[in-house]
Amino acid sequence: MLATALGEIPALPLHTAGKYVAGAYVVLFALVLIYVAIMAVRLSRIERDLGELLSLSERAPEQPSATGEQDPQRESTLA
Amino acid sequence: MYGKGLRTLSISTAVAMAVSLGLVFFYVPLEAEQGFLQKIFYVHVPLAIVALCGFVLGGLLAIQHLRTRDPRWDMRSYVVIHMSLIFALGTLITGSIWAKGSWGHWWVWSEPTLVSFLIIFLLYATYQPLRFAIEDPERQSRYASVFAITAGAFVPLNYIAVSLSTAYLHPRVLGSTSNLPASMAFTLLVSLVAIALLFATLCKYELTAKHTRAQLRALRRLADPRSAAVEGIDAPARTRSAAPSLHHAGAVQARTAGRSAL
Repeated sequence: MLATALGEIPALPLHTAGKYVAGAYVVLFALVLIYVAIMAVRLSRIERDLGELLSLSERAPEQPSATGEQDPQRESTLA
Repeated sequence: MYGKGLRTLSISTAVAMAVSLGLVFFYVPLEAEQGFLQKIFYVHVPLAIVALCGFVLGGLLAIQHLRTRDPRWDMRSYVVIHMSLIFALGTLITGSIWAKGSWGHWWVWSEPTLVSFLIIFLLYATYQPLRFAIEDPERQSRYASVFAITAGAFVPLNYIAVSLSTAYLHPRVLGSTSNLPASMAFTLLVSLVAIALLFATLCKYELTAKHTRAQLRALRRLADPRSAAVEGIDAPARTRSAAPSLHHAGAVQARTAGRSAL
């Protein structure tokens, strides 16, 4: 069935119009490709921001002990 | 929220694009007058239709923004207009390539269809500078919505005006599709669906990216308010941008997400 279908496919005529048709379709794919590249840059920026946020959240619980500050509520509970 | 269904939409777009290209190059017969050059028709016409419909849709979304004052509608309107502008640029380029092959000129200034489309393109090209010129986000979104509605109403009026014009060289497509052979009409329809899906997918990607970025900013503000204030991330010291601010919506969602996570 596939062979029959392929046999019925007409050959692409190559004449002078070919370069214009190729140009038009290349424009469409170039636009999509540029967009995908821009999205890739944005994704890497989001990834970087997420990494920064993760490091911020990891640092946050360590900060009170590092600066020597103590939670007054915790102190009173311990006392 | 915006990322829901993105995978299905992306796969559908890829399949539709592949089917469309297969039909254009292996199924549809060559047109008697233009021959192989007519294959441009299957990318140029859908791009033009989707771009013009996108401009009108941008206006409708702007109406919704003015009604509800929800910044998310402004964001949708902004993204749809932004994407339509890119598709309109594609239309102009592919049209010029076709004109060069068919008429021997890249551009014909006496042709109403071409000039009217260029006017619409230039009109919408001022949308981004207009937004960028207004610093206050509230005023920016309001003025941009008014612009989107006015310009969106201009699109069908412009189309009607061109249709009434008698002196044109540009082939008519809408209204004369019934004259096309069945195979050509079917291929055009599939191409139109594929380009419309591409438009929807790219809009969804853009919205998801912007929404994620807004949520990240809101989270950063919650995690480290001092650094956010110093860096000027979003409100109150929002850096000037043409893109709409999702500050309120993003902050509320991030706070809810933060609470539930804690």
